[in-house]
Parts: sequence; structure tokens; C-alpha cells
Amino acid sequence: MLASIIQNLFNAFQWGSFYSLIALGYTLVYGVLRLINFAHGDIFMVGAYIAFFIATAILGMAASLPGWMVLAMVIPLTMILTAVVGVSLERIAYRPLRRKGAHRLYVVITALMCGLVLENGNLALLGASRKSFPELVDKVVYTVGDLSMTNLKIGVVFSAILVFIFLHFIVTKTKIGMAMRAISYDKFAVPLMGIPIDTVIVFTFILGSSFAGLAGLLFALSYPILDPYMGAMIGWKAFIAAVVGGIGDIRGAFLGGFLLGFVEILVVAVFPSTYRDLIAFAILMTILCIKPTGMFGVAGTTKI
Amino acid sequence: MVCVLLFAAAAGAESIKVGFNIPLTGDIPKVGEESKFAAEMLKEDINAAGGLEIGGKKYPLEFIYEDNESKAESAVSAALKLIERDDVLAIVGPNSSKQAVPAGQVCDDNQTPMISPWSTNPDTTKDRPWVFRAAFLDPFQGPVAVDFAMEQFGAKKAAVLYALDNDYSKGLAEIFRDDFNAKNGAGAVVGFESYSSKDQDFSAQLTTILAAKPDFIFLPNNYNEVALIIKQAHDLGWKNPFMGADAWGNSELMALCGDDCKGQYFSTHYAAAGATGETKVFIDRYKEKYGYEPADVAALTWDATNLVLKAIQNTGGLSGKVRADRKAVRDAMAAIPEFPGITGNMKFDAEGDPIKCAVVVKINEQGEFVFTKSVCP
Repeated sequence: MLASIIQNLFNAFQWGSFYSLIALGYTLVYGVLRLINFAHGDIFMVGAYIAFFIATAILGMAASLPGWMVLAMVIPLTMILTAVVGVSLERIAYRPLRRKGAHRLYVVITALMCGLVLENGNLALLGASRKSFPELVDKVVYTVGDLSMTNLKIGVVFSAILVFIFLHFIVTKTKIGMAMRAISYDKFAVPLMGIPIDTVIVFTFILGSSFAGLAGLLFALSYPILDPYMGAMIGWKAFIAAVVGGIGDIRGAFLGGFLLGFVEILVVAVFPSTYRDLIAFAILMTILCIKPTGMFGVAGTTKI
Repeated sequence: MVCVLLFAAAAGAESIKVGFNIPLTGDIPKVGEESKFAAEMLKEDINAAGGLEIGGKKYPLEFIYEDNESKAESAVSAALKLIERDDVLAIVGPNSSKQAVPAGQVCDDNQTPMISPWSTNPDTTKDRPWVFRAAFLDPFQGPVAVDFAMEQFGAKKAAVLYALDNDYSKGLAEIFRDDFNAKNGAGAVVGFESYSSKDQDFSAQLTTILAAKPDFIFLPNNYNEVALIIKQAHDLGWKNPFMGADAWGNSELMALCGDDCKGQYFSTHYAAAGATGETKVFIDRYKEKYGYEPADVAALTWDATNLVLKAIQNTGGLSGKVRADRKAVRDAMAAIPEFPGITGNMKFDAEGDPIKCAVVVKINEQGEFVFTKSVCP
């Protein structure tokens, strides 16, 4: 009994890491632009596919390379290319609307449509057949008593923590982080101070999308079956995690992601899995009823 | 192709329209693709010979493929489209029970003959005189799996993980549980866990199952989910065997699952490795044409389509009025006493269900599905 509780905590840590990584992207973009980038879940999906194509291409050219070396090449390339996709979306879809001074509502709807375009574009280009991600990491299962843990799961959890620390550092300790917070505070006054607002926004999208790409890669390593709609549901849920944490706050996104992972896994462990989403989201709703701004949110003030 | 068209024009014959309600996108696109390829092969054969001969007159075949996106609601609208827009004579498909059960209702209500190649859930044909199938039933397949597991693994305790929103998976899981409990005493199924179709993480369910220490896990699931479940179970330290059902039998299973699936068993309609006679001819032709070995769904589509064509021939002549012709085809189909298909001989009972044998196959070290045992009713 105790063993399965601890095992489920491990499971929850891994599952929560993905929510956390994706929620961080939502929160960054929202913090700066006050825009809920609903295409973010699909950028995560694009990241997984980019990782797949890079990995198979490298393995195709040099099959004898060890897995960790391939992985070392796939990680930066995936992050860069996914960031390119994210920035292109900003250029093509969001920036023209911002220039025209469109209401935030229209930008959100545009984001929703961008997500659908990415999903269906993938379906049209690559077909409905599933892709199987190659096994880059030699999986090692560590067993202690009734507990099992793989090196991959440990890696995923540590990556999520490292990404959080890195982003937290950028936002709170660097100049560009300060600019991001300033834009979030007042985006009309900030250009007057000589801060290049577009550059800061592009930087935000680079950060958010590249970590969505990393999340896609890690997800593909853990759940090696890719399909065009894989990002939709997990993206929605990560968004909810970010809101529960207090959207706009990096600590909130990080903890909100883990919280959702824990609640989902523990509900399945205790109740029939039919109730998973029902109970999980009822709990989250209760949190929001008690504290509508989320765990780390402060009403009315601006934050990132 | 051109000469077929010319011939059709010269003869002035109207074509025979058969609709296919199959999943070309969605969760199980390979199933739709194999169905379509098998049907195309059959159509080319018959059209190259001048068409289907009915009452001394030759008609060219026209197959219409409608994508049901592996969704229940899309299967219903696909069936309606085929019936109302395309005026098809009969419908082949849907394949998965999740789509075949609701689409069967639509075809029965609209008095259009339908035959599902692959659906094994009893509800598809139950009390529906217009609906038939080419596959055996889950109440037969479930006990086959139970007996095999008890014999092969010496299993006394079993666990089941199934998809709650999939009629096929849920129905088969319940039949398996009841039969296993009946043969091993109440409580012999120590874990009975579910998930929903879009899930990717099964670690919580598997942790619960593993804590109950079953001898093996029964997975009546689609091939794409099977690959994820088996990998995650191995990550959690599971070393005992799995047993699956006919939805495993897909050419994509090994591509997605890899080494993790080797050595596992599942029950299915036919074993491609080591097939003989007509079945071997079909497999070889398919392999040559499309580049991979066909799974059971391709062979069953071949049989199901042949059954429809045979029924159309048995009507002895078509009137050209769709409603009357559909009725004639249904009656002719119900009247076929026995049919020698490439997935085995079929006899039809009063519900329109065939009585045929099941085979158990093992996935060997090369990833081939090897015949292990045949079980007949």
C-alpha cells in the first residue's frame, strides 16, 4: 500500500513536469502581452514532431552514434526550430493585430485558430499515421522493493526544475527580464523609455516556444507515439494549471502544473479513472473559488 | 481504368455503388487504409473482368470511401451521407465497434444493408435485421483468451486495463472478467482499471494493477494505446506477460511498440505468417502491391465485400430502384448459408453473425505474428 502511494508520487512528478513546462510558456506570454496564447499546446506538438524529424535524420546519417550524443544535438536544434515556429506565429498572426490596436479578445480567437491551423496542417502534410519516436536514451529501470523508476523519468523531472530556475532567474535578475515586467506593467509608457518593445515580445516568444519544444521532446521520449492532436488536451490542461497557479506568475505556473499532475494521478489511483477529469477539475475550481486570482496571483496588480 | 470506363459506357450499364464507412484519419488510420486497399484490389479485379455479373448483365463497380475519423458521431453522419447522398446499395464498415454500433442503428433505420468487417461487439448486429458482420463475436473471443491464458501462463489471477469510452474495449473487458471469475472463482480478476481514449499516461492505473500482483494483464485495446501501455508497464518493473485481442493485429503495432511487444500473445481472425491457399494468395498480392503485410482487417474487408457482392449477384437482377434493390440485397445476404472466406468458413446465425474459428498468435523475435493455436466454436 505504502509502496503504491510512493510509486504514484513518482508518477505524478513525471506527469506534472509536462504540465509545468507547458504552463510556463502560457504564463510568460500572458505576463508580457496579457494574451492567452491558445496555440501554445500545438507549439508543444510541433516541438515533438520537430524533435522526431531531427532525431530520425541524425540517426539516418550516422546510425552508429550513441543515443546521448544524438540527444545532445536534438535538444538545442529542437528548441531553436520550435522557437522559430513560435516567433513566426507572433509575426504572422499576433503582431499585425497588435499594431492595429485590436481588442485582446480578437487576439485570443486568432491564437485558437493558429492552434487549429497547426494541428490540421500537420494532418494534411504528414497524414494520419502515427509516428514512433526512436529510443535515444537507453532506458534503465531502477527497482527498489516494489518501487520502480526509470532514468528517463528522473531526467524529465530535473529538466522541469532546471527550466523553472532558469526562467525565474531571467525574469527577476536580468535586464531583459526587467523590461518584460515593465511592459506587463504599462506597455504604452515603456517605449517612451527607449525599450524596444517588439524585441522584448519576440524574446518572450522565443523563451516560451523553445521550452514548449523541449517539453515536446521530453514527452516524445516518455510517450513515444506522436499524433497531430497530442497537444490539444495537454495544452488546455496546462493552461488551467497556469490559471490555478496564478497566470502571469512563474512560480504559479510551475507549482500549478505539478499540482494538476498530482491531483490527476491520485484521483485515478483512488477512484475509477472515469472520475479523473471530473474530480481533478472540481478541486481546481474550488481553489479558484477561494482564491480567484490563483495561488500566487495578486488581484489588480501586474505581475510576471 | 480507361478501358473499364469505355466498356461501361459501351454497355450503357449503371454502376453498382457500395459505400465504405472507414477510419481514414483519427485514432486508428491504418485500419481504414488497409480496408480501403483491400477493397481497391477487389474492385480492380472485378472491373478488369468487365464488372459484376448479375442476372446475365455486367455492371461496373463503384466504391465510395467515406472517412469516419474513428469517431462515433462521424460514423453516423458518414453512414447517412452514403445512404442519402450517394444512394449506395450496401455499406461495408465501420470497422471498430465504437463506430459500428451507432452506424448500425442508422443503417437499420434507413433499411440499408450494412456489413462490418471487424466489429466484434454483439450490439452491432443485435435486433438489427439489416446489419451483418464478418468477424466473430466478443462473447466467443473473451473465453478463448481466458482459456489460453490459463493454459499457457498457468494464470490464476488476472488484471484488465481497458478504454471506457470504446464499446469494443469495454465490452470485451467485461466478458473477459466475468468468464475469468467464473472459471477461477470470484475475485480472480484482481485489477479492473479503465482510461479514456485520449489518455497518454497510464502509470496510475498500472501502479494499482501491479500492486495487486496478477499473473498477466489482459489488454483489449487499440494498437496505438497498447504500445504506450506495455512500455509504461515495463518502466514500472512489470515482467509477466500480456494478452491482447484482435485490435492488436495491425501492421503498425510493431512500428510503434518495438521490442516491448515481442513475446506477447493475442487472439485474432487469422495469422498472416504461415498462411496457406487463398489466404496466402491474398497476402502475397497485397504485400506486393502496397509494400507491407496486411492485418486481419484487410482480409476481413475482402471477405465482407465479397459477401456483399455475392448477395448482389444472388438477387438475380436489379430493378434500378434503390429501396427495392437494398431490400433484395438484404434478403439475399440473410439467405447465404455458408461462405468460404479467406479468414475461414463462415456460417451465419439468425442475428447475422458468422460462426467461425479464432486463432491465437504470438509476436516472435522478428516481430511477426505467428500462429500458435486455433479455437473453433
